[in-house]
Amino acid sequence: MDKNPIRSHYDDKLNHIKEQLVYMAGLVEKSVEDAVKSLITSDSDLAKKVIEGDDEIDLLELKIEDESIKLLALRQPAARDLRFITTAIKINAHLERIADMAGNIAERAIKLSTQPPIKPYIDIPHMARITQWMIKTSLDAFINEDPALAEKVRNEDQKIDKLNEQVFRELITFMMEDPKTITRAIYIMGISKNLERIADHAETIAEMVVYMVTGKSVRHQREK
Amino acid sequence: MVNPIIKLENLNFYYGVVKALSNITMNFNRNCVTAIIGPSGCGKSTLLRLLNRMNDLIDNTRVEGKVEIDGKDIYSNNVDPVEVRKKVGMVFQKPNPFPKSIYKNIAFGPKINRLARGSKLDDLVEESLKAAALWDEVKDILHHSAMELSGGQQQRLCIARALAMKPEILLMDEPTSALDPISTARIEDLIEDLKEKYSIIIVTHNMQQAARISDFTAFLYLGQLIEYDKTEKIFTNPSNKKTEDYITGRFG
Repeated sequence: MDKNPIRSHYDDKLNHIKEQLVYMAGLVEKSVEDAVKSLITSDSDLAKKVIEGDDEIDLLELKIEDESIKLLALRQPAARDLRFITTAIKINAHLERIADMAGNIAERAIKLSTQPPIKPYIDIPHMARITQWMIKTSLDAFINEDPALAEKVRNEDQKIDKLNEQVFRELITFMMEDPKTITRAIYIMGISKNLERIADHAETIAEMVVYMVTGKSVRHQREK
Repeated sequence: MVNPIIKLENLNFYYGVVKALSNITMNFNRNCVTAIIGPSGCGKSTLLRLLNRMNDLIDNTRVEGKVEIDGKDIYSNNVDPVEVRKKVGMVFQKPNPFPKSIYKNIAFGPKINRLARGSKLDDLVEESLKAAALWDEVKDILHHSAMELSGGQQQRLCIARALAMKPEILLMDEPTSALDPISTARIEDLIEDLKEKYSIIIVTHNMQQAARISDFTAFLYLGQLIEYDKTEKIFTNPSNKKTEDYITGRFG
């Protein structure tokens, strides 16, 4: 947001919300990365850190929401300011949900850490890399007000959906062949599902960025 | 935009050699509230006063182009400005009641124009005060001086006085800028009621007021019509950057 002498205090407040969202997104992205890392390396200490880290993200969510509501009440934003602030409120909620899901992955990682893996993890780290990229890129699109970049995030979601289906199919085969793998397979399915949901949240963030910049909603328009 | 009541075509207006409005072409819709916004000196009030020939009262001014009301050019030679003003009522920034009784303020116009008399005039006074949401507050003091009323009541009295002439169009030039928030809210609520019967055009410096009460918003800047669209469009996603910068307080 450009500095304008007529409304510098107002711009400072809008920028503060933006900065906090960027900081929160960094924490959230790291949570997803560490949660998957804790799974692959069977590092339950790292998984616990992810779960504990959720408190800071929850507090940030409340703080950003509070500042945004105050700005709505006191400044009556219009046009692009209004679209910015409503988008920020939604991104805030989505980031918080992503952090919860990283926590879910970490919980499952702790349970899996005491047991031998069914097979080497290949698709899950791949999914994690794509989802992290989606979170980071959707936030970059938000900061730079870049709808073209946001579109790139939207295109990645289909890859994640396919990988998730692949993981499911593979795990079902393992379960059918050896029922002793069922408990572990269900945990891994949960992890895959969480990553798929995280990608959905990132996709929604990207779609809201398109709305914020252009004023046009592109949500719920993709062919199923 | 369907069913316009006022059509402006290539409208230019000059104060001496100074061009105050430049090439304005737009329609005002029937039974809608249209807000005109823009920074000081952009021509809002000038445009408003052109709609009932109030600028005729200012020396050394000139109008070019067309202002049609109900299909009739109000600036053509055979039109009497007094007739135009009967059809197009006006309410000003500061309440300006006559220093007479509440009753006489409302009855004055209809009486000299022989619109009503006797019990019909009483009915018209009551009807106008009711339409302006003032009746319940003044029905027992109709013969008290209008100057005893509060600012907000006086402004509603002025609206009632305009309505008594049975206009089709009501022009309002910053009608709440001298009022407190409660009186402002009452007038705004009244404006929303009145649009069922009248077409209302309001000039306001308060952008939130334009957003709250109008159906359409016109943004003027340096005498030009920059953007004119549905109010919800103007305030969520205006098409013109100047409009955006103005309503978000980046200039003005």
